[in-house]
Amino acid sequence: MEGSRTLLEILVGASGLTLAAAMPFLYAALGEIFAQRSGVLNLGIEGIMLMGAFTSIYVVSSKGLSASPIVGLLVAIGIGGLLGLLMAVVSVTLQAEQGISGIGLTLFGLGTSTLLFRVLAEGVIVAEGFPKVNIPVLSTLPIIGPVFFQQNVLVYGAFALVPISVWVLNRTTWGLQIRAVGQNPKAADSMGVNVARVRYSTVILGGMLAGLAGASLSMALTGVFQENMTAGRGFIAVALVYFGGWSPWRVMLGALLFSAANNLQIWAQVLGVRVGDAAIPPNLLIMLPYILTIVVLIFARDRQRREPAALTKAFERGEN
Amino acid sequence: MNLRKSLTERDPVAVLAPIVAVLLALIAGAGILLALGKNPLEAYSSMWNGAFGDASRIYNTITRAIPLLLVAVGICISFRGGVINIGAEGQLFIGAVSVTAVSVAAGDALPAVVMVPLALIVGFLAGALWGFIPGYLKARFDVNEILSTVMMNQIAIQMLLFLLSGPLIDPREIELGTRIPQSARLPEAVWLGRLVPPSRLHTGVFIALIAAAVVYLLLWRTPLGYRMRAVGQNKEASRYAGINVPLYTVLALALSGGLAGIAGMVEVAGVSRRMVEGFAVGYGFSGIVVALFGRLHPLGAIPSAFFFGALLTGAEQMQRTIQVPSATMTALQGLVVIFVVSSDVWVRRRAVRRSARAVGELAPLEISIEPVPSEVK
Repeated sequence: MEGSRTLLEILVGASGLTLAAAMPFLYAALGEIFAQRSGVLNLGIEGIMLMGAFTSIYVVSSKGLSASPIVGLLVAIGIGGLLGLLMAVVSVTLQAEQGISGIGLTLFGLGTSTLLFRVLAEGVIVAEGFPKVNIPVLSTLPIIGPVFFQQNVLVYGAFALVPISVWVLNRTTWGLQIRAVGQNPKAADSMGVNVARVRYSTVILGGMLAGLAGASLSMALTGVFQENMTAGRGFIAVALVYFGGWSPWRVMLGALLFSAANNLQIWAQVLGVRVGDAAIPPNLLIMLPYILTIVVLIFARDRQRREPAALTKAFERGEN
Repeated sequence: MNLRKSLTERDPVAVLAPIVAVLLALIAGAGILLALGKNPLEAYSSMWNGAFGDASRIYNTITRAIPLLLVAVGICISFRGGVINIGAEGQLFIGAVSVTAVSVAAGDALPAVVMVPLALIVGFLAGALWGFIPGYLKARFDVNEILSTVMMNQIAIQMLLFLLSGPLIDPREIELGTRIPQSARLPEAVWLGRLVPPSRLHTGVFIALIAAAVVYLLLWRTPLGYRMRAVGQNKEASRYAGINVPLYTVLALALSGGLAGIAGMVEVAGVSRRMVEGFAVGYGFSGIVVALFGRLHPLGAIPSAFFFGALLTGAEQMQRTIQVPSATMTALQGLVVIFVVSSDVWVRRRAVRRSARAVGELAPLEISIEPVPSEVK
């Protein structure tokens, strides 16, 4: 059906797209690493992503405020930070059950983004999004160029964030505090670390990155907003954190794996996968990333060793 | 898990907390509506009107409450048993679609006395299977059940779409060339009778009420229920007491899924009488909210399901009359969940204070186990 294009060209296109589609997973999962390393499981990032996805593209689109894309990103980050703050109040100060309150936050984000979409944008929203930035010299390389160096700014940003996260977690005082608070809050507290403050900071940062993840999905990857467009990506991002053993590098590998799985429909077309003489029904292909998530969780067996010891455990200073 | 502990407290504050949570959610919702330029009083009065305006609307409200109650009763089992089942949505779909497949295949061959119980069993087993999978994965491989049940939901949605647009599609849709993804009409033998036609209130309401009573008895009057609740309260202690923790974990999720599957059966056989795209969307999540609002008690879930049935019916009316999208309800439900689990901290602290008073001089045991950091003042 793509008569004029060679197989190689199609493969290169699909690979480039896989890299780009890893971006929302990366932003969301890196943010979640920070929250979880400090001991907070934030299951609300699905909802935060939806809010980020809608608000960013809304302020940028012509039906909205026609703001610049940068403003769109900042709005998504700001909204994400606010929702992260809400999650922090609920899970750190009020010590609520983290799993259930995260589901509540997801329902809230799903409902609110749908509501805003229907009322403000009347159900249709399209935006120009982010232009591709060709890296000089490198982008002209055959194959490697189009796959790696002709992406939009947000894709580069997502991958740059991986080493930055590693550095922050392992080489800064704040990173040390995060890890201490997640492993042994009591000891950290006795050393004068403000456990609540550290957890607030990581959950808010996680929220900001989840908002950015949503914006990257709507503005940079698709250029549209649809109701419930994240379709479980936020939860997959949480699963990626388990899969990657709380290490940004491994989480990045996981994100690429899932992005490839998510693009499976495209791959199946590229590679001409067929059963008998019929194409595989698309719904069965869409299922695969979710099945893969469950499989990956089964095999992330060595995680108990790495799991932050205080994950999901609220901390109350023992002063009473 | 603290939530379950405090939700079992017989403390007036524990009873009031969910009600206050709903009031707070409604106030927050009013804020959102105001910001969107809609009159919240008009919106809420239209909701009230839509839910209770006349007899037929009250019947609609009850009809809505039926699947919510069944899902919520199942959620009570899993949450009490220490498993957070977010997968009711998928379990409901799989239950309903299995019932559809079996009923369509059976056609008019079997009488209603056989078909209805058969459909109930099929719905239960299919939902239970969809719950068993994450339950087994949790018990055997320590897979986080929240994540796996969320994934099972997505898989169920795609499975449903696949079946409705392929194997289970109504043959007439192919004849006519319209290919709308929906199943054939179920045979009359499996229909649940309508109680007050023309309203759609059906006999499933009795199935739901019986299920609530049975689950109450199961959880509080049988050794099986006692062990499940014990595992939910404290896994370690249960293990020392010789309870087979993995077994009861799997059982809690499978039973929970089974009840969601029955909810799917009741909805397809009682209301739509065929599977369509968008069937019962959101009931699985609303059922969780209903269960939390009913303080994870099967009998508490009865008024709670009625209340949320009213909110959902009212939200549809609100969407029709003053164009406020019913997604508002999803947002409000999210807030209810957040507020209910957050209000928990006060209930818990009161419980600790009371037990401290009761023990008197011996001081609060729960607290003194933990060494107080000595350096901090």
